[in-house]
Amino acid sequence: MSKLEELLSQKILILDGAMGTMLQEYKFSEEDFRGKRFADWPVSLKGNNDLLSLTQPEAIATIHRKYFDAGADIVETNTFSGTTIAMGDYQMEDFVYELNLESARIAKGVAEQVTAEDPSKPRFVAGAIGPTNKTASMSPDVNDPGYRAISFDQLRKAYKQQAQALIEGGADVLLVETVFDTLNAKAALFAIEELKEELNVDIPIMVSGTITDASGRTLSGQTAEAFLISVSHIPLLSVGFNCALGAKQLTPHLEVLNRYANSGVSAYPNAGLPNAFGEYDQDAQEMASQIKEYLEKGLVNILGGCCGTTPKHIKAIAEIASNYKPRVLPQLQSESA
Amino acid sequence: MSEIRPLKLSGLEPLVITPDSNFINVGERTNVAGSKKFLRLIKEEKFDEALDVAREQVDNGAQIIDVNMDDGLIDGKEAMVKFLNLLVAEPDISRVPIMIDSSKWEIIEAGLQVVQGKCVVNSISLKEGEQEFIENAKKIKRYGAAVIVMAFDETGQADNYERRIEIAKRSYDILVNKVKFSPEDIIFDLNIFPVGTGMDEHKRNAIDFIEGTHWVKENLPHCSVSGGVSNVSFSFRGNTPVREAMHSVFLYHAIKAGMNIGIVNPSMLEVYDEIPKDLLEHVEDVILDRREDATERLLDFAENVVGRKKENKVDLSWREKPLQERITHALVKGLDAYILEDIEQARIEAEKPLDVIEGPLMIGMNVVGDLFGSGKMFLPQVVKSARVMKKAVAHLLPYIEADKSNKRQSAGKVLMATVKGDVHDIGKNIVAVVLGCNNYEIIDLGVMVPPEKIIETAKKENVDVIGLSGLITPSLDEMVFLAKEMERQEFSVPLLIGGATTSKAHTAVKIDPQYKHAVAHVNDASRAVTVVGDLLKESSREKYKLELKDQYEVFRKNFSKRSKVKSFLNIEEARKNKFQIDWDKTEIFKPNKPGIQIIEDFDLKELVDYIDWSPFFRSWDLHGRYPDILKDEKVGEQAQNLFDDAQVLLQRILSENLLKAKAIFGLFEANSVNEDDIEVSYSEDSEHKTAIFRTLRQQLKKHGDQPNFALADFIAPKDSGIQDHIGCFCVSTGFGTHELAVQFEKEHDDYNSIMIKALADRLAEAFAEYLHKQIRTEDWGYASDENLSNEDLIKENYKGIRPAPGYPACPDHLEKLTIWEVLKVKEKIGVELTESLAMWPAASVSGYYFANPEAKYFGLGKIKDDQVKDYAERKGIDYRKAEKWLNPNIAD
Repeated sequence: MSKLEELLSQKILILDGAMGTMLQEYKFSEEDFRGKRFADWPVSLKGNNDLLSLTQPEAIATIHRKYFDAGADIVETNTFSGTTIAMGDYQMEDFVYELNLESARIAKGVAEQVTAEDPSKPRFVAGAIGPTNKTASMSPDVNDPGYRAISFDQLRKAYKQQAQALIEGGADVLLVETVFDTLNAKAALFAIEELKEELNVDIPIMVSGTITDASGRTLSGQTAEAFLISVSHIPLLSVGFNCALGAKQLTPHLEVLNRYANSGVSAYPNAGLPNAFGEYDQDAQEMASQIKEYLEKGLVNILGGCCGTTPKHIKAIAEIASNYKPRVLPQLQSESA
Repeated sequence: MSEIRPLKLSGLEPLVITPDSNFINVGERTNVAGSKKFLRLIKEEKFDEALDVAREQVDNGAQIIDVNMDDGLIDGKEAMVKFLNLLVAEPDISRVPIMIDSSKWEIIEAGLQVVQGKCVVNSISLKEGEQEFIENAKKIKRYGAAVIVMAFDETGQADNYERRIEIAKRSYDILVNKVKFSPEDIIFDLNIFPVGTGMDEHKRNAIDFIEGTHWVKENLPHCSVSGGVSNVSFSFRGNTPVREAMHSVFLYHAIKAGMNIGIVNPSMLEVYDEIPKDLLEHVEDVILDRREDATERLLDFAENVVGRKKENKVDLSWREKPLQERITHALVKGLDAYILEDIEQARIEAEKPLDVIEGPLMIGMNVVGDLFGSGKMFLPQVVKSARVMKKAVAHLLPYIEADKSNKRQSAGKVLMATVKGDVHDIGKNIVAVVLGCNNYEIIDLGVMVPPEKIIETAKKENVDVIGLSGLITPSLDEMVFLAKEMERQEFSVPLLIGGATTSKAHTAVKIDPQYKHAVAHVNDASRAVTVVGDLLKESSREKYKLELKDQYEVFRKNFSKRSKVKSFLNIEEARKNKFQIDWDKTEIFKPNKPGIQIIEDFDLKELVDYIDWSPFFRSWDLHGRYPDILKDEKVGEQAQNLFDDAQVLLQRILSENLLKAKAIFGLFEANSVNEDDIEVSYSEDSEHKTAIFRTLRQQLKKHGDQPNFALADFIAPKDSGIQDHIGCFCVSTGFGTHELAVQFEKEHDDYNSIMIKALADRLAEAFAEYLHKQIRTEDWGYASDENLSNEDLIKENYKGIRPAPGYPACPDHLEKLTIWEVLKVKEKIGVELTESLAMWPAASVSGYYFANPEAKYFGLGKIKDDQVKDYAERKGIDYRKAEKWLNPNIAD
């Protein structure tokens, strides 16, 4: 049993908040994104946040540090779009391995430093594996519902490369996140299982889906419980939801997971719903007060923030969570009957 | 007690199979090996029809669908992927889990790669040895599927009891111990073989399966047992009654032994209890191998049963049930054919006539309420239920009045009204009906109700809730006024706000702060019941009120934050950034038939093709686009029923001329003047006259080179020297609606009372659409070569626009007065304007015609005070009056 699994039943683990929101404050220019190394890159790189792990590593490390200081137990690597599929937009497929490796190393370095400063509270790195920008079970063309822009195998290969780099860079756990199409997530889980066998490592896995509308379904149409069933074939550290909705709207879906999940349950919602300008303006106290409902009902083991959240939010969440016990884990299924 | 580990599968929705679950039926018509029709459809690549086969299975209750493409003449892998890709795009089918069925591993794997839910693989076995078995099982686990394991090994298929349990045990041990497969994800297919073949070695085929099943369930924890049932009766092909009985008998015993999943054709199944005694005995003898001569006896007997066929008839079996069940059935299904008969019986049996309402009828309506609340019934069904309820109550009323000894207990009194100046009441009526169904007493004051009357009635009747409705923007102010009045007169009952023009924003910002007590914005009928319930229940009302107040407070806070960020141009700047048309290049068309024309009594039949049905469904709380909505997973069936009912009434309207359609329109010379006004020349009694249409200009600061639009921008300015034109119109199909609605209400038929209004509204919009087309292609003729489908019209793909006062481009309702003045609408066709400038009859549409190809629809958005002042001066009205009418558009 890994250290994380042990901690899971002892306390509510705190995950970090948004990387993108924090990076926006730096107002990096096209040149900042490029750095010296990619000064002559043929396409625009502004907005390629993952690349900043190579060109602005100090900024990434600083943000990780801020989240740890705010009380996070786990930070996510800056690798949300770190697959050959998502990097295709920037023609940077060849750098994917390096991007993930470096991102994991940066986060791990900060985590080790902070742990050394206070060994009583070990800190961890979650290798973030995003959904990519393509869906395996939906057609992007309404007139051709049978068409698919990406196949399971293409996804599996891309995820495998990303996961391997994250593991080698020192990630303590892999986080398959913002799952809007469960089939993409299943390709990632398939790849990770292959890697675990090939590298003979046992790394815990977290899965976090996203409920995109008020009807309570994922983008690919599954209910919360159907989503849970569809990813439960692999032993998971936790399963949960992030993004899309604010904390309040997420509650009923977390209740479903709480009732049926054999693993831990995680939640890292957005700072409320976006306003008319696409900005998130729920402040830390308000978000924490909404999250209090999860705590009172004992719904979660892992808590954090997604879009629009900052170290302030994480601090408020960590403070309030410290007063509550984590969700009681069901008797974990033994591997052999 | 041992731990329960259910078999969990998923499509878009979960399927959890526990020991307590009923038998799980797998649909098997999407199998090229089993269905000739399906094979043909796949061969001919008729995938749409192939999907219909799958849909029919799900509609008929299949909880899993088996897909098999194993045929020598098709590329199985390609067909599997293509069919599944299409199938997962159909939510009404893909809500259930899929069973990927093939004897070829590559087809199974290809299938597993395209389905997000947890599937069942059908099947693997030890036929090719342990190594391949383990490899495939490991992959299946990684893909996250459950698996059917055939009782088959290196030496062949299990055909007796011992071999079945031997292979099952061996497979189970390998899967659970070596592959670490979850035992609950294992489903055994223990081979169902035919009985009654005349061969001795087949005699025990069924009983060995049943006993094998029993052993597996006892000794191999958590797994399931499945099989293809129709095999068992194979030797009785051609004798349907016997086959049906055999299937039922076999299933009855196999299920008792623990078989929990199966491939069964539901139409090839008799109800066990309904099998005639003699047939049952003969069949059981064969299935259970109870007699040496069982087969011969059944064969002899079978000759008697050939040809005995089930009759097809309307299912009236519910009429045999006890009275309460009959009443509940009639209410849930909305059937009124027998209700009076049943109610009369209930009345005779009851001590007091009132008990019938509070007993049987309320019990039935509670079932309706529960089904509606849990999303299992839809609004049109509930309204039909209400119709049955009303008929029943009407029958009882004379008896109740004769028996003065008691009063009816209701859940609460709700006053409903459409506010002063507003005539729209479809939504309000629906809410009233739904609340009525839930035992609330409704006091419906109707439309155009002055505030004094609402206040007075509320006091006199001592109501528990007041509900206000409105569709046009001036109604918003009426609601604010009423909230203030309620506060001033120290009311404390909750105030409900609803109707198309209302919004959570307006309620939060403008209404809620006026009234200390609960204010709730409820915009769909399905929420009304819970909201009113929460507002009245002693235990919840204080908490709920605080929650509402809280919600609106938060909303106000965010709202004030938001509006500060927007920046505006002053009106002069906005005018400088007007939309520019190059008047030297643009083509100006002179109307073919200038002047005013009247259409009396237009033939409604012509309008049917122009109806846009989507808003019709919306008015019944069914959301989706027509015609897709008829096939919608959730509401499709209801939408279809509603649509069918609408067609019936529509046909009546057409054949009996129940409604009258009238229109008036005019095409005039016009030019824009002073940037924002349009000067129109027309003649009245051959006297030349001038009128001015005032338009409003967007003031929100735009991004990039986006202009600030006003409708005047689409008409050539006077100083360009170019003579331009404009049109205006009013159509109505509402004449007769009110009378019909009243008539229906008298017959306790709220359903059709609402229906007639909804249809009249649609016809009015269709008339506007039709007339606009006539104008474009004939009377004005600027688009004489136009060729657009109804779909194009709905999407507004036509040239030119027809904006309507009170709508986003020109929100000022006061401008209707100018149209009425120019066209003499009231005098000529009888459409009137209320004090809030709503049109009466309600099913009416009025507006302008702009012909310029560059004219487009836009929303005015928020405007600033400087324009309001300017507008008031131009229009020659009091500033306060302008402010009142433009209020919803004025930025804070």
